Amino acid sequence: MEWMQILAVVAGVMMLFVLWPAYKHWSVNSPKAEKGDWQAVLLPLAAVVGLVVLLIMAVR
Amino acid sequence: MNRYENVIAHSGGQVVSSNKVLKNTYLLLSATLGFSALMAVFSMAIGVPPIAYLVAVIAAMVLGVFVLPRTANSTSGIGVIFLITGLLGFGLGSILSMYLALPNGPQVIATAFAGTGIIFLGLSGYALTTKRDFSFMGGFLFAGMMVVVLAMIANIFLQMPALSLAVSGGIILIMSGFILFDTSRIIQGGETNYIMATYGLYLSIFNIFISLLQILGIMGGDE
Repeated sequence: MEWMQILAVVAGVMMLFVLWPAYKHWSVNSPKAEKGDWQAVLLPLAAVVGLVVLLIMAVR
Repeated sequence: MNRYENVIAHSGGQVVSSNKVLKNTYLLLSATLGFSALMAVFSMAIGVPPIAYLVAVIAAMVLGVFVLPRTANSTSGIGVIFLITGLLGFGLGSILSMYLALPNGPQVIATAFAGTGIIFLGLSGYALTTKRDFSFMGGFLFAGMMVVVLAMIANIFLQMPALSLAVSGGIILIMSGFILFDTSRIIQGGETNYIMATYGLYLSIFNIFISLLQILGIMGGDE
C-alpha cells in the first residue's frame, strides 16, 4: 500500500473519531422534526442536485 | 413555544447578538476564504506534490479538534482559524495543479468555483429568509457524514469510480444540509462563537468545492 493510501485511511479513521461524539450529541439533543420541516430541507437540496446536473452538462 | 416563533420571541438584545455573530462570521469567512485562495496560489506556484493535500487535511483536522475549541473564545482563535484555512488552501493548491493539467482543467475549476458560490449563497439566503430552525437535522447529518466517510475508506481499497462519484454526491448534499444547519444555529442563537461558526461554514464550502471538482473532473473528462 502506498503512502497516499495509508494517509487517506488515517485521515478517514480520524474523521470517524471526530464525528462520533458530535453524532451522539445531536442524535440525543436534536429537536424532533415538525410538519413541513423535511419538505423545507428537501426543496433546496433538490435545487442543489439540479444545479450540479446543470454544471455537469456545462463541462461536457 | 413553537420553534418557528423563536426568532420573533427573542428579546431585542438576543436578536442584536445573533446579527452580530452572523456579521462577524461572514466577515471572518470572507477573510479566511481569501487567505485560503492566496495559499492555494502560493502552493501551485511552488509545485507542491499531491501528498501535501492529505498532510494538510490531517494537520487541519488535528488543529480543528484539539486547538480551535480551546482558543475560540480568545483572540488567538483567529490566528488558529487562519492557520487551519491556510493549511487547507495550501493542500488544495496541489489538487488544483493536478486539475489544471487536464485538457479542460481550467473550465472544471472555474465551474466548480462558480457552483460552490451559487450553492453557498443560495442556501445561506434561504436559511436567512425562511428563519426556520434546521437543528432537527443534526443527528441525520452527522450519521450521514459517518456513512460517507466509511464509504470513502472502503473506496480507498475498492477503487470504484462509481462509488467515488456517489461519495462526492453524498458529500455535496450533506454539506448543503450543514450550511442550512449552521446558518440557522447562528440565527437562532445556538452558535454564539463566530470563530466556530466560521470554521463550520468554511468546511462545508471547502468540501463542496472539492467534491464538485471531483464530479466535474470525472463527468467532464474524455478519459
